[in-house]
Amino acid sequence: MSEMINLTIDNVPVSVPEGTTILEAAKKINVRIPTLCYHQDLCVAGNCRVCVVEQKGTDRLMPSCAMPVSEGMEILTNSLKARSARKHVIELLVSEHRADCTRCYKNGNCELQELSSEYIIGEDGFIDLIPYKEYTIDHYSPSIIKDDSKCIRCQRCVRTCNELQKIGALAVAYKGKDMKISTFFEKPMFEVVCTNCGQCVNRCPTGALTEKTYVDLVWSEMNREDKHVVVQTAPAVRVALGEALGMEPGMIVTGKLVAALRRLGFDSVLDTDFTADLTIIEEGNELLQRLKKALVDKDPAAKLPLTTSCSPGWVKFIEHAFPGYLDHVSTAKSPQQMFGALAKTFYAKKINVEPENIVSVSIMPCTAKKYEADRPEMRSSGYKDVDYVLTTRELALMIRQAGIDFASLPDDDYDSIMGESSGAGVIFGATGGVMEAALRTAYEVVTGREVPFENLNITPVRGMDGVREATIKIEGALPEWSFLEGVELRCCVAHGLANAKKVMDAVKAGTVNYHFIEIMACPGGCLGGGGQPIPTNEEIRRKRAEAIYREDAHKPIRKSHENPEVIRLYEELLHEPLSETAHKLLHTNYRARDRY
Amino acid sequence: MEDVKQMVKELAGKYGHSEKGLLPILQGIVDKERYISEEAMVEVARELDISAAQVFGTATFYSFLETKPTGKYVIRVCKTISCMMKGKNDIIRELESVLRIHMGETTHDGLFSLRETNCLGQCHKGPAMLVNDTPYAELTPEKVRQILCDIRKKEFPGN
Ligand code: SF4
Ligand code: SF4
Ligand code: SF4
Ligand code: FES
Ligand code: FES
Repeated sequence: MSEMINLTIDNVPVSVPEGTTILEAAKKINVRIPTLCYHQDLCVAGNCRVCVVEQKGTDRLMPSCAMPVSEGMEILTNSLKARSARKHVIELLVSEHRADCTRCYKNGNCELQELSSEYIIGEDGFIDLIPYKEYTIDHYSPSIIKDDSKCIRCQRCVRTCNELQKIGALAVAYKGKDMKISTFFEKPMFEVVCTNCGQCVNRCPTGALTEKTYVDLVWSEMNREDKHVVVQTAPAVRVALGEALGMEPGMIVTGKLVAALRRLGFDSVLDTDFTADLTIIEEGNELLQRLKKALVDKDPAAKLPLTTSCSPGWVKFIEHAFPGYLDHVSTAKSPQQMFGALAKTFYAKKINVEPENIVSVSIMPCTAKKYEADRPEMRSSGYKDVDYVLTTRELALMIRQAGIDFASLPDDDYDSIMGESSGAGVIFGATGGVMEAALRTAYEVVTGREVPFENLNITPVRGMDGVREATIKIEGALPEWSFLEGVELRCCVAHGLANAKKVMDAVKAGTVNYHFIEIMACPGGCLGGGGQPIPTNEEIRRKRAEAIYREDAHKPIRKSHENPEVIRLYEELLHEPLSETAHKLLHTNYRARDRY
Repeated sequence: MEDVKQMVKELAGKYGHSEKGLLPILQGIVDKERYISEEAMVEVARELDISAAQVFGTATFYSFLETKPTGKYVIRVCKTISCMMKGKNDIIRELESVLRIHMGETTHDGLFSLRETNCLGQCHKGPAMLVNDTPYAELTPEKVRQILCDIRKKEFPGN
């Protein structure tokens, strides 16, 4: 137990454990100190100085985010001195900032703008330096726009990419007045190691890093008589969308989401969870086949461990960082792309619409999905399988634009076919969910019995630890799977690419011996995706995860292979897992990429 | 390409494969190649298992780590306040007119590059500049002309 420290903040006594910062102590007594470079998920940088406070009896101001409390401190967060210093800091930041709020994508959702309005930054602060500055706006990536004229150099993005993702696509380059946030050799984002995960976008306090938006394009497609616009919704959207529309974190809004999409004018409202179930069937069978080839046939081409492939950020990461391990990645496409391929083939036929008249839109918690949809491999239907990807935030924007009062919408149901899903499909949205869903199905395929966990809840793979391991012993295998009898299936789950790197380094070094690894690029899995409502932090991720597991628990069907629409799809089109048609539509391949 | 790989490998062998080795390795590359190329940075990143952008960030932070091809002689004129007040602008004007290049550029014959840099520690004897590793202080336009002339003579003894 660490020692308690007593101090006063704005004359209110407070007692906190040693090592607490002044900022955290203030939060405890509900005093909000403004911040810009600080973010709960990241290490303290202490570079913006917006959070300065005064300590009685000293003449120095100090950054409250970086300063630990000490005994007897008397802190004033709102003294004239602190306020005027803070105001100057904001004015200086604004003097180097292209403060073009009315035309800015972040208008109304920008920390710098909020602070400027709180501190009444008028027009007569410091001179505007923007006309004298050279800056770049990088529009080339399908996922992310990087606008240096909006950057306040708080370095949240740099820390995000380094600490959470261990990629370091962004770094601080040059110095003094020329200092900027840069990629390798100032190349466009799409040319470098950036995985498009959008974690930096989710944390940027200004409009310097934003998703590339396709909202207006989707509106105009919906306006066309000749087009049938199909929309799919990812699992993690339904537990987060409410936050961007004034609701508390952790609310499940599936029914309202469907109702809103219909009101917006989408012609078919379908569910990515359906193809999440399908992914499980394909990937689960791929795992079993690979186990057979590796354990029985001793085929050197059958690489273990098998890793999941549904996170496009992870896929691009392994293509850059471990290009020698691409044949460990499941060839199964992500649920989004399986959906896209089926939308313009199977579904188009079902509803009797020419595939070229189908517009396929997806609502994703993810910015990397925009890039994934753009990959040249993703044209199995003969068209671009997914035409537009919108983030959760963009959908919230459309709902606001349409004047819909989201909270009061009545619940609605998905269209069929490709609208039905199991609880296993839902938990795809949380770290460990794909693993759990795969085990629920694979174990039953092999033994004919349900996984030996209470209520099918495979708790060892749940939670928020960065890397989690679980072993499941297969007992009572059916005759055709007898080679798996007694085998201990070694599984690993990692989320956040820093953890993915740890796991892959261990695989490379041969110090671990897994059969199956689930990796999600974003902390918490998709529910913490780069396209999710801002802010996202540990507490909010936890609440979204709880909501996801609640949704799973309430589903009548909990296992992917029991999804009746998936069963029908196999009967009518695919015949069996890993069939030729399945390979053509539902599987893909990967390519090695550069080190920078 | 292979040479760059080899060079970076050797430097990393000498200075270590941790981030501590980054600066000495970059300095070593500049000593050998005069500047740090894109390929060299990628190799450094690979050897130290850090991101290439981080290598780029470090290289662009330090004035003495060149990231663009430079001439054989890099002239760095101090731009800091003391030298500024002692007339560094006249020095720069002289350099630019004799070399017929602008600040930041390299002469066509690849002999000279012109750069500005921060304080060289010669403030009491400004204006000051460095030509590669040799400092020159108390400069006047005439002195600058002489220095350039001497270098040219050394490089082209026949002329
Ligand atoms: S980043 Fe924020 S402050 Fe800057 S122009 Fe955009 S909305 Fe305004
Ligand atoms: S891009 Fe955004 S997060 Fe990164 S330094 Fe600039 S303002 Fe901060
Ligand atoms: S999108 Fe992800 S990988 Fe790309 S710069 Fe941002 S944090 Fe790094
Ligand atoms: S928030 Fe404390 S210094 Fe930036
Ligand atoms: S100011 Fe020029 S050397 Fe110090």
